[in-house]
Order: sequence, then C-alpha cells, then structure tokens
Amino acid sequence: MAPHDLRRPFKRAAISDQQRRRDLTLQRQAQGRRDAQQQARCLASTVLSLQSQSTQPEYEPDIELEPESLPDLLPEQEESGASSKDLDVRHASKLKGAEARKWFARQLMLPEWMIDVPDCLAQDWYVFARPAGKRCFVVSSNGTTVSRQRNGSILHRFPSALPNGAKTRDVSGPSQSYSILDCIFHEPDQTYYVIDMVCWRGYSLYDCTAEFRFFWLNSKLGETGACSPPSFYHKYRFSTVPIYNCDQSGLSSAYTGALPYVKDGLLFYNKHAHYQTGNTPLALVWKDENCSQYVIDTDSKGQVPSQQQVVLELQDDGKLITSDDPPVVFGCLDLDFIQKEIFYVLLLVMEVEFVDGKLEKVDLHYLGKVNRARAFPDSYSKMLEALILYEKKGKKKLTTGGIQISYAICFFEHAFSLV
Amino acid sequence: MAMEVTQVLLNAQSIDGNVRKQAEESLKQFQEQNLPSFLLSLSGELANEDKPVDSRKLAGLILKNALDAKEQHRKFELVQRWLSLDAAVKSQIKVCLVNTLSSTASDARSTASQVVAKVAGIELPQKQWPELIGSLLLNIHQLPAHVKQATLETLGYLCEEISPDVVDQDQVNKILTAVVQGMNASEANNDVRLAATRALYNALGFAQANFSNDMERDYIMRVVCEATLSPEVKIRQAAFECLVSISSMYYEKLARYMQDVFNITAKAVREDEEPVALQAIEFWSSICDEEIDILEEYGGDFTGDSDVPCFYFIKQALPALIPMLLETLLKQEDDQDQDEGAWNIAMAGGTCLGLVARTVGDDIVPLVMPFIEENITKPDWRQREAATYAFGSILEGPSPDKLTSIVNVALNFMLAALTKDPNNHVKDTTAWTLGRIFEFLHGSTVDTPIITQANCQQIITVLLQSMKDVPNVAEKACGALYFLAQGYEEAGPSSPLTPYFQEIVHALLTVTDREDAGESRLRTAAYETLNEVVRCSTDETAPMVLQLVPVIMTELHKTLEEQKLASDEREKQSELQGLLCGCLQVIIQKLGSSEPTKVVFMQYADQIMGLFLRVFACRLATVHEEAMLAIGALAYASGPDFSKYMAEFFKYLEMGLQNFEEYQVCAVTVGVVGDICRALEDKILPYCDGIMTQLLKDLSSNQLHRSVKPPIFSCFGDIALAIGENFEKYLMYAMPMLQSAAELSAHAAGADDEMIDYTNSLRNGILEAYSGILQGFKNSPKMQLLVPYAPHILQFLDSIYMEKDMDDVVMKTAIGVLGDLADTLGSNAGSLIQQSLSVKDFLNECLSSEDHMIKESAEWAKLAISRAISV
Repeated sequence: MAPHDLRRPFKRAAISDQQRRRDLTLQRQAQGRRDAQQQARCLASTVLSLQSQSTQPEYEPDIELEPESLPDLLPEQEESGASSKDLDVRHASKLKGAEARKWFARQLMLPEWMIDVPDCLAQDWYVFARPAGKRCFVVSSNGTTVSRQRNGSILHRFPSALPNGAKTRDVSGPSQSYSILDCIFHEPDQTYYVIDMVCWRGYSLYDCTAEFRFFWLNSKLGETGACSPPSFYHKYRFSTVPIYNCDQSGLSSAYTGALPYVKDGLLFYNKHAHYQTGNTPLALVWKDENCSQYVIDTDSKGQVPSQQQVVLELQDDGKLITSDDPPVVFGCLDLDFIQKEIFYVLLLVMEVEFVDGKLEKVDLHYLGKVNRARAFPDSYSKMLEALILYEKKGKKKLTTGGIQISYAICFFEHAFSLV
Repeated sequence: MAMEVTQVLLNAQSIDGNVRKQAEESLKQFQEQNLPSFLLSLSGELANEDKPVDSRKLAGLILKNALDAKEQHRKFELVQRWLSLDAAVKSQIKVCLVNTLSSTASDARSTASQVVAKVAGIELPQKQWPELIGSLLLNIHQLPAHVKQATLETLGYLCEEISPDVVDQDQVNKILTAVVQGMNASEANNDVRLAATRALYNALGFAQANFSNDMERDYIMRVVCEATLSPEVKIRQAAFECLVSISSMYYEKLARYMQDVFNITAKAVREDEEPVALQAIEFWSSICDEEIDILEEYGGDFTGDSDVPCFYFIKQALPALIPMLLETLLKQEDDQDQDEGAWNIAMAGGTCLGLVARTVGDDIVPLVMPFIEENITKPDWRQREAATYAFGSILEGPSPDKLTSIVNVALNFMLAALTKDPNNHVKDTTAWTLGRIFEFLHGSTVDTPIITQANCQQIITVLLQSMKDVPNVAEKACGALYFLAQGYEEAGPSSPLTPYFQEIVHALLTVTDREDAGESRLRTAAYETLNEVVRCSTDETAPMVLQLVPVIMTELHKTLEEQKLASDEREKQSELQGLLCGCLQVIIQKLGSSEPTKVVFMQYADQIMGLFLRVFACRLATVHEEAMLAIGALAYASGPDFSKYMAEFFKYLEMGLQNFEEYQVCAVTVGVVGDICRALEDKILPYCDGIMTQLLKDLSSNQLHRSVKPPIFSCFGDIALAIGENFEKYLMYAMPMLQSAAELSAHAAGADDEMIDYTNSLRNGILEAYSGILQGFKNSPKMQLLVPYAPHILQFLDSIYMEKDMDDVVMKTAIGVLGDLADTLGSNAGSLIQQSLSVKDFLNECLSSEDHMIKESAEWAKLAISRAISV
C-alpha cells in the first residue's frame, strides 16, 4: 500500500539536499540581484568628481612621517596613478593605501572660522558642541570598518555594528553596500561621535540638506546597534551629538550644557546646505576659552606665545595660499628660498592690516616644515580667527578692525553672557 | 464502416506489434480525416450491446482522450474542439453515452460513466446539457441494480470533474439525496452501495450548504458512519476515506460526532484489515493537520475574526488516542526498513504520533514515556523498536524544557543501542531517533546544549562506527551526522566539529566507496552529509575543504572515463555524477564566499569547468541540473574571468534554455544566466542575442511550465543591468512582452491561494525586469527611449497597489521600480509620478512598513522622487 499522498514517509528522506542546494542557489542569486540593483541605484548619485579639486597639486606631498601619526597598515606608497579623476564613493570605499589616503583627505566638509554672524542664524542654522578629538571619516563596507583622519591616514580598522561593518551573518542588507560617517574620535571615552552622515547603506546623502542628513543620522544610527557598548563584533561605541537650533536656548545648551564629551568649540551648520567637500562658509566653527581648550596655540607651559602659527601652502611659483577654494594668496616667497622638499611653511603673523574687513598685509616668517600628517594649509578664516583671539588676549591690538568681526564678537559675548 | 471500426479497435489491442501499429495508424487517419464521424462511430461502438467488450472499452477510452489531456494547453484545445462540433453530432454521441450506462457489460458502463463526466465537465460550465443531471437522477430510481450503480458512479465522476458553482443547489440536493440513499444500510446491493460511497467522496465538496444544516449533516454523518461497519471491506475503506475528507473539509462541524468517530476508528485500527485501518489512522492525522494549521495561523489566540476556531479534538482525545497509536507501533513488518515504498500500520501510527506531538506539545510526553520505559529493554525486538520509534516521534512539538532532561538520559542509551543492539530494525530506528534529537534539540537556538564537550567525541565516534553498519543503518547514521553538523552552522568563527573534521570527511568518503552504497540511498546520504559538513565548516577547516576539491574532481573524472556501460549502469553513473557535481557546487560556494580561500580555489577553476562541460555529454536531466547549478556557483566565484569559458559553455547554456520538458533544468539555467550576467557584466554582450532569443521563445511557449516564466522576466533585468544601454535592441521585443504579462498579472481577483502566489511571483519578475532595464539605461542619453513606457509602468504599479493582494516581496520590488523610474528618467517621470493617483499612498504605506527591506527601498524611492521633482 502506497503512503498517503500528503504523508512524508516519516522515517525516510528527511532531507532533500538537492532541494536545499537549489534553494540556497536561488537565495544567492536573489542576493546577487539585489546587490547589483542596489549598486546601480546608488551609482549616479554618488559620483564625486575629483576634478573640482583641480587647484590642488596632483602629486602627494612628500613629507616625512611624524611618530605620532598612525601608520597605515596596508602596503602603500605604490604608484597612485592618475586614474583618480572620476572616482565615486563606491569605488573610493574600496581604495587602499596611498590612493585611499589621497582621496579621503579631500572629502571632508571643513568649516570656516566664524568671523561674521550669518543672517537668519536662528532660522537657518544648527549648532552643536564639537567633541574634542580627531576628525575622521568612518567607512563600513564588506564586513569591516575603517576610520581615516583628515590627512587620509588610517586611525583604526575594526569590526562595528554599522551596516556591513563586521563579518557577521547579518543578511539584512546587500553585502557590498557601504556607509560613510563624518566623525570625531574622542579619546577619553574611546567613542566615535558622529557629526554628519555622508552615505548610509549605499545611499548617498551628499546632495541632501543638512536638515535631512541630521534627521537621517539620528533615526538610522541607533537602529544598527552602533550606539551600544563595545562587544566582540563592535569594537568602538558610536554616538550622536545633541544638535540644536540656533535660538537663544539652543545656543546656550550647546555653549554651556553638560555633555559626556570634552568640548572643542561650537559647530554651526546651515540647514539647507548639501555636504560639500573642502572649506565651506555654510559650516562654521567658533571657539573661545569657555567652550574649547584649544582656542589658540599654547606653549608647553600653557602660555600663549607671542606669535601665532599658521600653515600655508607653498606653490611652485612661490605663492603662499590658504586652503580656501579659490585660495587666498598671501604674498610670495623668494624662489631662491625654495628647496625642493619644502612645500609647506609655518608662518609667523606679525603685522596685519585690515581694509574693508579684509586682511591686507601680513608679515610672514618662515619657521620650518610642517609635520607630514598635515594634508592642508589653514584657511583664510582660521587666520582671521587666530588674529581676533590674539587681539582679545591683549597680546596686540589690531590697528584696524573690521566692523563685522567686532560685531560677531559682540554678538556672541552678548549671547553667552545671557546663559 | 462500423464493422471496420470494431476490427480496428480489436487490432489496436493485438499482441502482434505490427498489427497494433497499423491499427493505431488507421485510427489516427480516421480521426484526422473526419472527426465528427470518428467520434460518432466510437460512441456507437461503445453503446452497441452486440459488440465485443474490448472494442467497446477502447472506443470509450479514445473518446475520453479526445476530450481531456493533462497538459493545460492541450486540454484547452480539446475543449474548444468539442464545443465547436455540430450540435446534432454532439447530441447523438451523448445519447449513446447515457444509454451505455444501462449496459449489462460492466466495463462498458464504467467507461461510459467516465466519458459522460468528461463531456459534462466541458458542457455544464457553458450552460449546455441541462437535462443531464435530471435524466441521471431518473435512472437512480430504476431497476436493475447495475444501472443504479453506473449512474451513481457517473454522478461521482461528474462531481470530481466540475466545480460546485456550476450546479444549482436544488440539483446538488437531489444528487446528495440519491447518493446518500444509495449508501444506506438498507441498500442490499453491495456494488450500488460502494458506488454510492465513492460518489459521496467526490460530492462532499458540493455539500457546503447541507453540512451547515444540522439535520442534513447528522443524516450524512450517520450514513457514513454506518457504512464504516459494512461487511464489505471496500465499502468500509471508502467510508473511512469519506471521513478523512470530511475531517479536513468540515473540521468545524465535527464536534458532536467526535466521540462516535473515535470509537469507530479505534475499532478499525485495532481489528480491521490494513487498508481500512490505515484510513482510520489517517482520519486522526488529518485532524492533526487541521489543528496544526489553525494553531500556527492564530497562535492559539482566537478572536471574533478567526475563520475557524480550534476545537482541541486531539487534546481531548489524547488519553485514548495515544494508547491506540502506541499499539500500532508494535505491528512492524519484518523488512520495512529495506523496502522504499513500504507503508503499513506501524508507519502510519508513528507518523500520526509525530503529528499529535506537534499538535499538543508537552502534554504528549507523560503519556508516551511509560510505554518507552516499559518496552525499550524488552527481549523482543519489536518492543524495543516500537519504544525507540515512539521516542523519536515525539521529539518535535514538546518544548526543549520538557525534553532536554529526558533526552540527556536517553542519549547514552541510544548511543549504546546503536553499537550493541543485535537487531537492525532497532539500530535503524535508533540512528533515526538520534538524527531527530540533533534536528530539534541541538543548535544555536537551544538554550541547554545536548551535545557538550564531554560527549561530542563519543557521539561522533559512534556515528562514524555506525556508518560501517548495514546500508539502512549507515544511511540513518549519515542523516544524524547531517543534523549534528547543521546545529553548528551558527557556531561562529570556531566550531566544535573542527577537531573531528578530517576524520568525518574521511569516514563519509569511505562510505561513498562502499560496494553496497547503492542500497538504501546510502551513497546519496553520505554525499549530502558531506555537503552539509562543508557548508557548516569555518575558516579553521578551510584548508581541508580545499583538499577535498581534487578528491571530488578525481571521482568525477573517473565516472567520465568509464565507457560502454549497460543502460542501468549508465543510470547509476549519471546519478553519481549528479552527486559529485552537487558536492562541488557546495564546495565552490563555500570557498568562493571568502577572498583568501577563493584565490587558492581558483587554481582549480579551469579543470573543474572542463569536467562540467564533459558532464553535459550525459543525458539525464538531474545531472544537467546539478552541473548547471555548479557552473552558476563557479561563475559567481570567478567574476569577469568566467568569460574565458563562455565560448565553449554557451551551447550548453542554450540547450538548457531549450529544455521545456525538464523544466527544472530550464529554470536552473535561467538562474545561471543571471549569475553570468553579474559575473561578466558587459562582457556578456556577444552572447546576448542568442540568450534573449531563447528567453523570448521560452516566454511564448505554452509547453514550458509556468513556474519558469517569472524568473525569465527577472533575467531580462539581469541582462539589462549587465549590458546597460546595449539592451536597446531588445526593447522592442521585451517591452510588449512585459506589458502584456503585466496586464495579465495586474488582477488575480477571485483566484485561489496558489494562483495568487503565482501572480505575485509573476509581478515580481516583471518588476525586476523593469528595474534592471531602467537602471541599465541610467545616465545614458538613450534613456529617452524608455520615456514612452513610463505611463504604463506607473499604471501597473497603480493597479497592483489598488488590488491589495501583493505580498511583501512584490511590495519591495514595486516601490523600488517607482524609485528607478524617478532615478533614471528624472524630470521625465517626475510630473507623471506627481499626477499618479495612488503613488503617494503607496509610498507612505511602504515608508511605514514593518518590513525592513520595504522601508529601505521606500526611503530610497522617496529620495529619488524628490530629486526628480526638484530638478
């Protein structure tokens, strides 16, 4: 008598491995299709041409390693080639060694120093306290997470709970998707504070407004478990920072509020601005002694030296430029002075003159080569800020003051005095 | 002519092949030359009492085959052909058929009743032949008995053939009355009573209204229960078959009969002949099926909305049911473990016990344990085997909490029995029970591990030892090891099996080499277990998996060298090739999944591909399928390097796509085309003309199994994504195909679950095609070519959203396509999307979905749309 149609002969053939092979194949193919689809969907929106950086030299600055800069573990210094013109983020997330350093060095959005109070500050801007620490890009993809500092060198390579950030059996997302976060690594509590989200699960957020990016950041990061305490598959904790509107209470919370991290100034982000690489006036930084211990250069005894240092880039023709785009030129060095290996100089600011709020004349004194970990010269606004703070310290009176600068200082002093 | 037909029909059944062939040929000619006259003479032959029974029977069979076929498209053709015949011809044929029901020759009557049902199956849904049921019912009241019997048989076939909504309730009532009267104990003629009982089995589906009426239902149930007590065994069996069918069709109406039914079934299980006893057990298995379904669906939480409440019949019957089932376990047949097709009371009883355990969970354990304890050490092997079987049967269902402590005690006993019990049946069941223990109580989800560092070594030693036992025991030992390995699948970077890996692999390979490995599917089990061991292995043992590659390759090579085999040996050889290809597939997938092992593995790629290509010279479908699956895995692992094999492989790929008959092969090949697309990307371009031609042919074929069509659409998407704007030249063929399929699949209203599932898989395929095509054209100026199709795609999305019957997979793909439209077509699609009626609702629904993937796709789509609109 044959078994009932519906009854599996109980003791036999509990397994059909062939069916299992078929099913597993179908699963793999479906995953492959999803990945391919996902990749295609993200491609166009993340193409970031490096050609916009054309004012930058095409070669890697040949500077020496300082002991404190973290060595890249991967084989590097290979021929970087000139193929880096049309890189997109997806490609970039796979870059290794020198190529990667070079690429990432140019991808962070860098705030200008606040020397002027933007219009509609209260309506259009966010403010948050910047955690003290190393600014870096954190990229999670293919089961690993890598953090890179501003100069492109690797800070950590570690497993994390970010999407595809560790080799776990998480099949919730396409295996090739990547995420890129703009972070500050805060040494004291070994935490990555996420200050911006650039890509998430392969979706580019470059051309999204800050408002959207912060919303996304706050709603997505927690879902992954990345904010949980460290574990085997999650070596460092991630955390968001409290972001405020720039109204009275927001400013005061950011300025004086108690936070789990050491503050290093305030960051201001324009709500409508896209993520723009390099210096942008749509992100601003403010520092004073109340909210940062790194306001101005101090010597080993904590004393403010009589001179402030600024880094400028020395170009082939002897021009000294800032990191701004377009760069601001600060005079010219005597070409005889240029030795081949020197590309950056340290500057001593001695005499300055403002005309219509612009820095007109400075005395530059060459101090020496910068350390290799530096990838950029300072920006124009940083120089101005340094000067303002220098003046406030009473070290030297500025002979002429820009009205706007004074106004900014007044505004903040007033705002913060109400706190 | 008539005389001639008789002779031809007799010749067609001649023992002489030549005579037969000639007769078949002339029947075929006759049919082709003049179909109406052919059918008329066949029906005349069937109706003619003066003709020999053999020619009448064959005439009826040919008629039947002229009305129905298994293949859907052929069936449709035959139905159309019959409907288009001249009405007078049809009417004459039908008169002959109905008249034959009164024939004194039982074979003629029986054939005629089947043909009548086939004609009714075509005509009743068309509102034709309205007088049929009335005239059949008139027959019922006629004597002699054989007319009554044939008429009841016809009514039974008719109910099997047509759907209940074709017959109005008044006629249903009359049919049921006639049938139930025929079943009644007062019916003296057993043939009539049997025909009536079998007719009821088919008519039950028509009795919805009658089962809702207490009096009518009581009456039907009484008659069925009485029939289970008939002195005639066939009537008893048929009556129990009715009960089984009632148990699943009218579960919610059974409460008031359960006590009586239990008594009848218990008596049958204990005393009746096997065919009857098996049906009686089946009744309880069927009740378990119902309750498991209900409990799974509602999780035991019944509210006013639940369709059918659970009546917990099994739970209530438990104290009496369990002893009854345990008794059956002692009725083993001596050779049942060797006989693949065996099905007897002990097996049915054990199966039912397993279902009861799944239905009631923990409650079964205390009722079965005393039986196990009492019998497991008895000198009679039947008692030991029954006790072990009972234990193995209840391992799925009860909670691990309830079972763990018992299993911990039993495990040592089982391991000892597997080595020492003198009886093969006992060892067979013991090994099977160990497999069940590992399947249900071992793995990362179980809190208290059954297998520990302390006993792991011993368990493996015993299992490997058992693999040297007789084939049926060794096969079960392989099965147990399969589940042992599976339980460590999630073990993390280090597996407890690592220290034994080499030993296990060696033992399994030794089993595959056994002379008697062909018995009890031992060789298959050994390779399947090897596959699972490889799948669940970790990085620690990757070097050993790598060593396995040349070993399996050598085995496959050996099978290809043997020549001039007898046909049965060839078949065995092909089967072995299938197993080896399957094993290589698993290994390739494993090693290909991590970069370091992939690099080392790829040194074998050329040789392996060479072997696979030689396997394609074999004929058997399963082997082709296995080699094809393995090649897919290889393409996935190789990436763009796979292009070097394409020139040689392409013809087999084409052959696979042309394999309509063995549609699994075709389906697998379609999947492999996708793998190759992703591996080669635009390097697949030179082969696309051939592939697309074949895929388009497949889609327009009505021979190809429908399940292959959705993946073919998905494959369009894979190709488009790989070759980008080069897909341009296929647009004019692919797009109309997609559009008409989309229109077909937009509405599945009123369809059954199976149809809704199919419709959804079709929708998913279509949407994946659109997705791939849209993304493929992104950033290309040729994107403009897709703009004309955008309204249709949006309309398709609209209609499936409005239909409200899409599953999560379709929802995810659909919302992705919306994003693709916006992403690729930009402002061209932006305004259309804004105009669309339902898109916004659809998007919002997806954005708030619980399903992570749907939400993810929806968020992306939202982003893409906002870009498209803002441009």
